[in-house]
Amino acid sequence: MALDDTKKIKDFKVVGTRPNRPDGIDKVTGRARFGADMVAPGMLTGRILRSPHAHARILRIDTSKAEALPGVKAVVTRADFGDVPDHVADVMDNCMAGAKALYDGHAVAAIAANSAAVARKAIRLIEVEYEVLPHVTDVDEAMKPGAPVLHEGRQQETVPEGLSGNVIARSEFGHGDIEAGLKQADRVVERTYRTGATHQGYIEPHACLATMSADGQGDLWVCTQGHYMVRNVCAAILGMEQGQLRVTASEIGGGFGGKTVVFLEPVALMLAKKSGRPVKMVMSRSEVLRATGPTASSSIDVRIGMKTDGRITAAFAELRYQGGAYPGSPVDMGSMSAFAPYDLENVKTVGWDVVSNRPKAAAYRAPGAPMAAFAVESAIDELAKGFGLDPLAVRLMNGAKEGTKASYGPTYPAIGLMATLEAAHTHPHWTAPLGENQGRGVACGFWFNFGGDTCVSLNVTPDGTVTVSEGNPDIGGSRASMTMMAAEELGIPYDQVRTVIADTGSLGQNEVTDGSRVTFAVGLATIEAARAAKREMCKRAAMIWGIDADAVEWEDGAARPAGPNAGKFPPMTLKEIAAIASNTGGPIAGHHEVNAEGAGVSFGTHMVDVEVDPDTGATKILRYTVFQDAGRAVHPAYVEGQFQGGAVQGIGWALNEEYIYGEDGILQNAGFLDYRIPVASDLPMIDTVILEIPNPGHPYGVRGVGETPIVPPLAAVANAVSAAAGVRMTRLPMSPPRVLAAIQEAARG
Amino acid sequence: MSRIHVTTTINGDETEFLCDAEATLLDVLRDELGLTGTKEGCGTGDCGACSVTVDGRLLCSCLMLGAEAEGREIATIEGMAAGEVLHPLQQKFIEMAALQCGICTPGILVAAKSLLERNLDPSEEEVRYWLAGNLCRCTGYDKIIRAVMETAADMRRAS
Repeated sequence: MALDDTKKIKDFKVVGTRPNRPDGIDKVTGRARFGADMVAPGMLTGRILRSPHAHARILRIDTSKAEALPGVKAVVTRADFGDVPDHVADVMDNCMAGAKALYDGHAVAAIAANSAAVARKAIRLIEVEYEVLPHVTDVDEAMKPGAPVLHEGRQQETVPEGLSGNVIARSEFGHGDIEAGLKQADRVVERTYRTGATHQGYIEPHACLATMSADGQGDLWVCTQGHYMVRNVCAAILGMEQGQLRVTASEIGGGFGGKTVVFLEPVALMLAKKSGRPVKMVMSRSEVLRATGPTASSSIDVRIGMKTDGRITAAFAELRYQGGAYPGSPVDMGSMSAFAPYDLENVKTVGWDVVSNRPKAAAYRAPGAPMAAFAVESAIDELAKGFGLDPLAVRLMNGAKEGTKASYGPTYPAIGLMATLEAAHTHPHWTAPLGENQGRGVACGFWFNFGGDTCVSLNVTPDGTVTVSEGNPDIGGSRASMTMMAAEELGIPYDQVRTVIADTGSLGQNEVTDGSRVTFAVGLATIEAARAAKREMCKRAAMIWGIDADAVEWEDGAARPAGPNAGKFPPMTLKEIAAIASNTGGPIAGHHEVNAEGAGVSFGTHMVDVEVDPDTGATKILRYTVFQDAGRAVHPAYVEGQFQGGAVQGIGWALNEEYIYGEDGILQNAGFLDYRIPVASDLPMIDTVILEIPNPGHPYGVRGVGETPIVPPLAAVANAVSAAAGVRMTRLPMSPPRVLAAIQEAARG
Repeated sequence: MSRIHVTTTINGDETEFLCDAEATLLDVLRDELGLTGTKEGCGTGDCGACSVTVDGRLLCSCLMLGAEAEGREIATIEGMAAGEVLHPLQQKFIEMAALQCGICTPGILVAAKSLLERNLDPSEEEVRYWLAGNLCRCTGYDKIIRAVMETAADMRRAS
């Protein structure tokens, strides 16, 4: 749907303000119900037995002792599920191992018992006989011909001969002639960059409560980013019809992409089916880290050529991502986003999707893009500094704008990259003085953004207040944003609208809360649903006035006669029309169903100052500023919150966070003590600058903002640390020992 | 398996419960007493989502046994507002968008209240270090720190 140019910024009454969120009081008083907060009469506790091996054939599972334990009501293994459709085969295998356990923590059996204590005891009584197999957890090792192979027969035809069966697919994007471009360069940087696997680190562990009746009807309460996805996947795995499984989304305690897939849910439903009782399952933190969906670790080669004036002549990257135990790492999105901020004549990426004995990667905020940006933005920084050029000026010279043909194919409409760069260049942060051992870094980032299947139903109550039903879990204030857009469109106050997240029985299909899609796509559908309700209300007013519906228009919350022959009638407000709706044709509602397109790509530029302690290698973040295009900021405080949260997750990825596997293939840091995410005392305030370059694909110009903020910080921090330490850092995380070793090696020359 | 009888005070109300010897205070609050406002994020004392005060001392309820609550005064998030009237911190967190998903919010509010009871004029650094045991993954802490500082300023003006 096109940008509605008649709606200028100055005309907005609600959009752009900062009202209190409708779920605020519940969340500050402890009343909000998250995944683990629900109970059902007679419910059992479910628990999962997990593989202690990184790679092992499952020879035998004996559950008889567990089944005999008093209080145990059901035991489930893979055999209970039978054959499942191909499109959910890997999901099934990840939820419950079949022939092999493929990573430390892989589920192999589950039980439901009448108490947590019995459940814990019963799990230990399940006997599993394993044949331990050689394993591989490093992406470069996993690609070698002799590496232990996880799956036979999964390699795609795009992969040339001679590589390990763990290499699943090869992709290529770009245009121009790389070698010819590199020949024109005055200098070429060629480096390899590596990033560790990180976890989304949402504070709420996965949880669900399942019931299943003998007649095949099921109900599921679950913390998820997409309850419609949960319904569809679980129905396929359990052989149910989708209409028979009703899924209700709880409040969600963070997701960042990690709650876009199922782990416990099919198992809980199967336990509920076998026991005939409601079954609640809640993961421990260790289970979350060992056996949900962290991001890919990566190994990336970059070659970029530049003229002395800063013009990039050619850019090439080869990206290798291990995405855990099943195909589908985010390497393609990494490849497509790697050079997306630049207008390049000669550009190419080659991507390799690799499996290894780690948990299957799930999405993590702009999946695949941060590590690619780390590599590319580091190389550009190095080239710019090598020529003594201003790194922002180099980006301004090469940056993508309207009409640029992106490295991954499309030609951009109006985009905001240049606006973020110009804002950064003129911001006081850019010229603030730095002290000893301090450095400043900048980097750009890109994300595609997404629309997708969306349904919204808007109902006018008899007293003239409005309810909006939408199908996307609210992960950061989206109920407030939908309420604002509905109020804006209807011309009524914010507090006259309430938005609820409907269950799967109440609306058509809705895509997962992902791809920064909700404020854009659900917002668009909300606006259209409100417009449909307005058309109906104009029709009712026309009926009362005895004029054509075409001669009525909606303005400031009321129907008004319009046009030369409409006659003179006093406006009828929404409340007045609603009050007599029963006599004018019945209840008034509007709805909209759409596969939303035109999400509008997103760009940001980050700037950070750090201080590196030369004696310990420890890095302190001193100052941080985010510049990003929001299209139109519906609720600016929540836009700032997305910028700040994404930046800090990126800081964690850059400095601290990493999955550490031992030689035995076992995850060594499966807890928040050793997998250390940033805490309040690690950080300064995170300053934000919101740019508003309207998205031509949304009536109010909205772009998604959630994902882009995690793309630049890895590189921005690395560029700052490299400047402060006087040595180029090419591996994340830049933990103190790594930085110290780099400083000492550089000192030795 | 015999259970332990405990008499304690929770949010000012005398409360009795039975618990297993191994049950944590967090288990008791959530599973026995239905006080699910206190959250479990890790179960190992690393995330602070289960923060409560016991006899005025801030601690992680996952690190204390339910049986140890005998004779103590426990305060949870459910006791922070006075009926419909929110505590100034609660009100400020809503107004300043200091929560996104809200899962860490109860623990952070309990911890922040405990800080302001000791020090109504904390520096930014003092707030950051006091809250260093409360993980938040959504906000980057910026708006949380600002909300605590603003609340402290309001309360100083009001006192």
